Amino acid sequence: MTSKIRVATTSLAGCFGCHMSFLDIDERMLKLVEVVEFDRSPINDIEHCSSNCDIGLIEGGVCNSENVHVLREFRKNCKILVAVGACAINGGLPALRNFVPLEECLAEAYLDGIGVENPQIPSDPELPLLLDKVRPLHEVVKIDYYLPGCPPSADVFWKFLTDLIAGSEPSLPYELVHYD
Amino acid sequence: MSKTITIDGKTIPFEEGQTIMDAASAAGVYIPHLCHHPDYSPHGSCKLCNVSVNGRICSSCTFPAMDGQTVLSDTHELNEDRRRITQMLFVEGNHLCPGCEKSGNCQLQAVGYHLNMLDNHFPHFYASREMDASHPDVLIDHNRCIFCTLCVRASQQADGKDVFAISGRGINKHLIVNSQSGLLKDTDFEATDNAAHICPTGAILAKRQGFRVPIGRRTYDHKEIDQVSLAESGYRPNTTLIAETEQSQYDE
Ligand code: SF4
Ligand code: SF4
Ligand code: FES
Repeated sequence: MTSKIRVATTSLAGCFGCHMSFLDIDERMLKLVEVVEFDRSPINDIEHCSSNCDIGLIEGGVCNSENVHVLREFRKNCKILVAVGACAINGGLPALRNFVPLEECLAEAYLDGIGVENPQIPSDPELPLLLDKVRPLHEVVKIDYYLPGCPPSADVFWKFLTDLIAGSEPSLPYELVHYD
Repeated sequence: MSKTITIDGKTIPFEEGQTIMDAASAAGVYIPHLCHHPDYSPHGSCKLCNVSVNGRICSSCTFPAMDGQTVLSDTHELNEDRRRITQMLFVEGNHLCPGCEKSGNCQLQAVGYHLNMLDNHFPHFYASREMDASHPDVLIDHNRCIFCTLCVRASQQADGKDVFAISGRGINKHLIVNSQSGLLKDTDFEATDNAAHICPTGAILAKRQGFRVPIGRRTYDHKEIDQVSLAESGYRPNTTLIAETEQSQYDE
């Protein structure tokens, strides 16, 4: 018996919209799990990647130190790493903060913003440190494939995964390529 | 006897004075382009229209057609170059399509789709660029300007004005507005100007039009830029189809 293909997924600086869109493959998920087993993923709450993952799907860009660690864990343990969605590919809407100095962002959110009570910048050592800019994944680790879209449609996930599982080079036809 | 060139093996007639781009469009052959527009004199700056002419690379929008030229355009190598150029345009500006009112109607994006561009390849600049929302009817978002100079040319050549110019070199290149304050509101620019509607990207946008046509029902959501572009340059393979789709955008 051949073992199942191990797929890990995570959301970094994303909104989980890409994961929701992935779940929109609906009943096709039943077909998928016949050949796929989910490893680390918010779908099952497994906390770390096993060392033999085949495919890693990553939603969201990189905005803090924890994102960098998680991304490196995925790169280390997944044979094929996929940037999923606009934020993973170009930073997306979280990257709008790249045009405002980090100090000003924090001051606006935690000190001077409307309705802020007990103003203070959170500094608990448990909190990951923010990067000065939100970055797309390919600026931090090598990425093997990209699925554009905000979010990519369920059909994009389906086409990509079924191509890969069939052992062919994944490709997206014109109708499936969108940046919005 | 009429003079001809070949493009990707197809024989194409041309008239004296036509560029390779003109001849190609008239014959229904799409060559990707961003700074070219059939109504204005060519500028030759974006290099997306690069083709091989008798083995040498030239901009087809500026290069004159000459009898017997062997032109290659739709080749793997040239399309790879075009994809890299488009990726450079994306990382140099700030193109966050999900938040852009031009999305779906944008030629830069549509060229990306046409070239099956799935990523931006290069590190992002995240350059700090301004917005000019001073004008009552039209706004400029410099984040999305690709310096194609179409607005410059349209203002000069069609509107008889001189509202825009490109200033600076290399990475400092930017669009400027010809007024003392540098603001659009202090020019004679009007929403009815040709220059207000020529921008291939979301850099010059009419105000109060946001989401008049929903995402998913816009020009390039269902049609590739090659058909749209050929239709706009006067080539009419199937006129009714195009007219219908344009109309359906505004229905409902
Ligand atoms: S101008 Fe075009 S490419 Fe740029 S953000 Fe807007 S839709 Fe996207
Ligand atoms: S504002 Fe638009 S038309 Fe003008 S140069 Fe920039 S991209 Fe071209
Ligand atoms: S279209 Fe020819 S160089 Fe831009």
